[in-house]
Amino acid sequence: MIPLRLQTAVLGIVTAMVTLIATPSSSAVFNPESFMLKNGMQVVVIPNRRAPVVSHMVWYKTGAADEPRGKSGIAHFFEHLMFKGTKSVPPGEFSKIIARHGGRDNAFTTQDYTAYFQIVARDKLDLVMRLESDRMRNLVLTDAEVLPERDVVLEERRSRTDNNPGSQLWEASRAALFLNHPYKIPVIGWKHEIEQLTTKDALDFYKRYYVPNNAILIVAGDVDAKELKPLAEKYYGVIPRGRKIVRDRIKEPPHLAGRRVEMASRRVGQPSISQTYLAPSYATAKGNQAYALLVLAEIFGGSSTAQLYRSLVVDQALASSAGAWFGADALDYGTFGLSASPRPGVPLKKVEVALQAEVKKLLKKGVTAKELKRAVSSMVASAVYARDSLRAAPNIIGRALSTGRTIADVESWPERIKSVTVDEVNAAARAVLRTEASVTAILRKKKKAGTD
Amino acid sequence: MKNLFSTLWNSVATLPLLGMLCLIALPSHAIDIKEVRSPGGIKAWLVQDKSIPVISLNFAFKTGGTAYDPAGKEGLARMVAAMIDEGAGDLSSQAFQRQLQDTAAQLSFSASTDKFRGSFRTLKANQDDAFRLLALALNKPRFDDKPVDRIKGQIIASIQRSAQDPDMIGARAWYQAAFPNHPYGRPSDGTIESVKTLIAKDLKDFMRRHVARDSLIVAVAGDISPAELEQRLDQVFGTLPARGNAKKIAEISPVAAGKTIVVDREIPQSTVMFGHSGIKRSHPDWYIATVMNRILGGGGFSSRLMEEIREKRGLAYGVYSYLNPYDHAALYMGGVATANARVAESLKVIRAEWKKMAENGVTAKELAAAKTYINGSFPLRLDSTRRIASLLLAVQINNLGKDYLDKRPSLINAVTLADIKRVAKKLLRPEALTVVIVGQPKGIQSTP
Repeated sequence: MIPLRLQTAVLGIVTAMVTLIATPSSSAVFNPESFMLKNGMQVVVIPNRRAPVVSHMVWYKTGAADEPRGKSGIAHFFEHLMFKGTKSVPPGEFSKIIARHGGRDNAFTTQDYTAYFQIVARDKLDLVMRLESDRMRNLVLTDAEVLPERDVVLEERRSRTDNNPGSQLWEASRAALFLNHPYKIPVIGWKHEIEQLTTKDALDFYKRYYVPNNAILIVAGDVDAKELKPLAEKYYGVIPRGRKIVRDRIKEPPHLAGRRVEMASRRVGQPSISQTYLAPSYATAKGNQAYALLVLAEIFGGSSTAQLYRSLVVDQALASSAGAWFGADALDYGTFGLSASPRPGVPLKKVEVALQAEVKKLLKKGVTAKELKRAVSSMVASAVYARDSLRAAPNIIGRALSTGRTIADVESWPERIKSVTVDEVNAAARAVLRTEASVTAILRKKKKAGTD
Repeated sequence: MKNLFSTLWNSVATLPLLGMLCLIALPSHAIDIKEVRSPGGIKAWLVQDKSIPVISLNFAFKTGGTAYDPAGKEGLARMVAAMIDEGAGDLSSQAFQRQLQDTAAQLSFSASTDKFRGSFRTLKANQDDAFRLLALALNKPRFDDKPVDRIKGQIIASIQRSAQDPDMIGARAWYQAAFPNHPYGRPSDGTIESVKTLIAKDLKDFMRRHVARDSLIVAVAGDISPAELEQRLDQVFGTLPARGNAKKIAEISPVAAGKTIVVDREIPQSTVMFGHSGIKRSHPDWYIATVMNRILGGGGFSSRLMEEIREKRGLAYGVYSYLNPYDHAALYMGGVATANARVAESLKVIRAEWKKMAENGVTAKELAAAKTYINGSFPLRLDSTRRIASLLLAVQINNLGKDYLDKRPSLINAVTLADIKRVAKKLLRPEALTVVIVGQPKGIQSTP
């Protein structure tokens, strides 16, 4: 998940330097309620009475990977434009109204979904539902608002990507990993295509995808389904159903040749290596495979006691960081990644060789029952921590529902993790950690003469 | 941290859709703060909340930030923060980390400019082991050679990374220019040279000087009773030395007023950081300045700066300002990132907004909207035990009193147009802004 309309730091782009723990988590204890409106809009309510506050979100099951060819960036650009005016709310007022009522709002776009949210006092729920449902059907866009916003997006792209060689390499590695599938295109879009996006492109996108049968309403906090239902019917239920949307994206061909992308820049402060493998996602994996991959990422590289860190950073003292991650939340393909960065003075090549040796060792020896037990218990604990905030539950559930999963999947997450066996982890490792289905990305410092 | 998320409202008469506008601030919901004092004399604030079986504990040592690093040992406080959980008592680094993982406890330390902080969260069910590990780390860190070398490598790697990060380059140059010959002007992570000199003895000296009961502040939220907490406080903090020995940091005002500094980097977008002196957290005008800042550049989408820079002209993705108070200095800062060709225009607009507010203050509509936002959004932050503990800690650090949460709305509501006009005139001095630009801004050179 990448661009927010606005955020505090340039996040996103997983550069090879960061040790990432695979996205957790959830638990059988969010206990959401769910119902369907007549127009096909799903509604989920997650009661949480801790404070008189609600988090109101609308998720559209459309993201960057659904964009027309040649229009890259339109999903994210359009997300920005949703904050312009409607027939009854003047341009730029949306967020100001929320703020005046003491609320916070924002939005984010990924390959698979686009989500809008407000966090407000519970007595403002009616207001935000009115505003959010209004812009689902009544948005008004003219060049006067659209064109300056396109400049804003281009500046956003400069901040996130063009100013940062690590991000530029990440874009190149995604483009290399996917041979055919639109996940190869960055969520924010290619610069030359963003520059050409028009008001008409935005309106076409809006008409096609911003319909109730393509949306999910999620409200968490001091409210329950009984209270929410009449409001949901009043504001969202009256919006006519749109055309049926089928998400049937093109598939990857077999991956027969491993890829390698390299970048050397004077703007690189710290060299790094990453290897990203094509994997199944929660939605496409068979049986327990996605859960097994999550456990694998935890055991292999999810903490400072994991295999990679122990070997590369502690024992061999070659790397300053080393980790593994698994991105399971995707409609079509997941990605399994490894990354490491050398200790000062250690050549990158040495770290690469050591990293490959660890993968080989993993594939040969597998993981142990003890490692499995330890990883599972810490992952299951993360599900309890996820309940200690108003924001985690709606985000986890929204992500699941917009990438082809169900509430039951989310609720059974700890049980599924607990059910993973050593054999399943080892089989998943062998199935996914194949060089021919991967891209290796090398980021180097460019010095005056030569590299590295 | 830059507050780019929050928003402000500045126009009333434009909402036919919304017939009724409720301008009353959200009442601060029942946050019941108990003051707990352990048999050993350790004090803490507690918000007991049994809804989720977790306990969050945040603490700070008031005089242990990076500003206290001895000359030539810059980076020490950050190094200690990274080393405390790398082995303690009988447990080697890996053994400690493994036990921590087995308890699923979350433990981290950090050093800001002025303070040394810890943040801890555990499942109620595992609290015995988790508190034992916390106590061990704080009281008996080992600082073994091998982990010291490893962490040094990580810090040096991070310094090298920062050396190419436009935001970090800008911040470093700004503080260096504003605070020459003062600890606030030094890089918080240290330099490669200074970090290389750090040894176990330095870390132990740091613990002796700064990790002591006389500068300790503790805040707790979650599923723990006052009686249980009393025991935990003594277990964790009771055997720390009674007194530390931090040196004094001199009071300082920023210099380099009015200077522009260009740091040449071959990047398509310049990162700009600007600022001049501000006001301290303890200053009686703090709340006035808070409301003023929200309107000028702290209010996200509808601050004046966002309106002029982003909404009207599409010059940047973000532009912001913030009050930045330290214990011994006060700053009012801001930032923007824009294509090299548009830096000059952006700075012109920003300076004009600075001047406009200094001369004319704000409008009644802006003031009303800022107040409802500031008061209404405040309770939204209290949605997890960790965030509640973190707020309780900040309230204690700033000596705001146990009734602060109840008092705060009226402090904000008391701010008048005349107050803002007075404070803006004093605070906002466009000619005094020190501007650091990292990039290749067109048509701008460093002040000679």
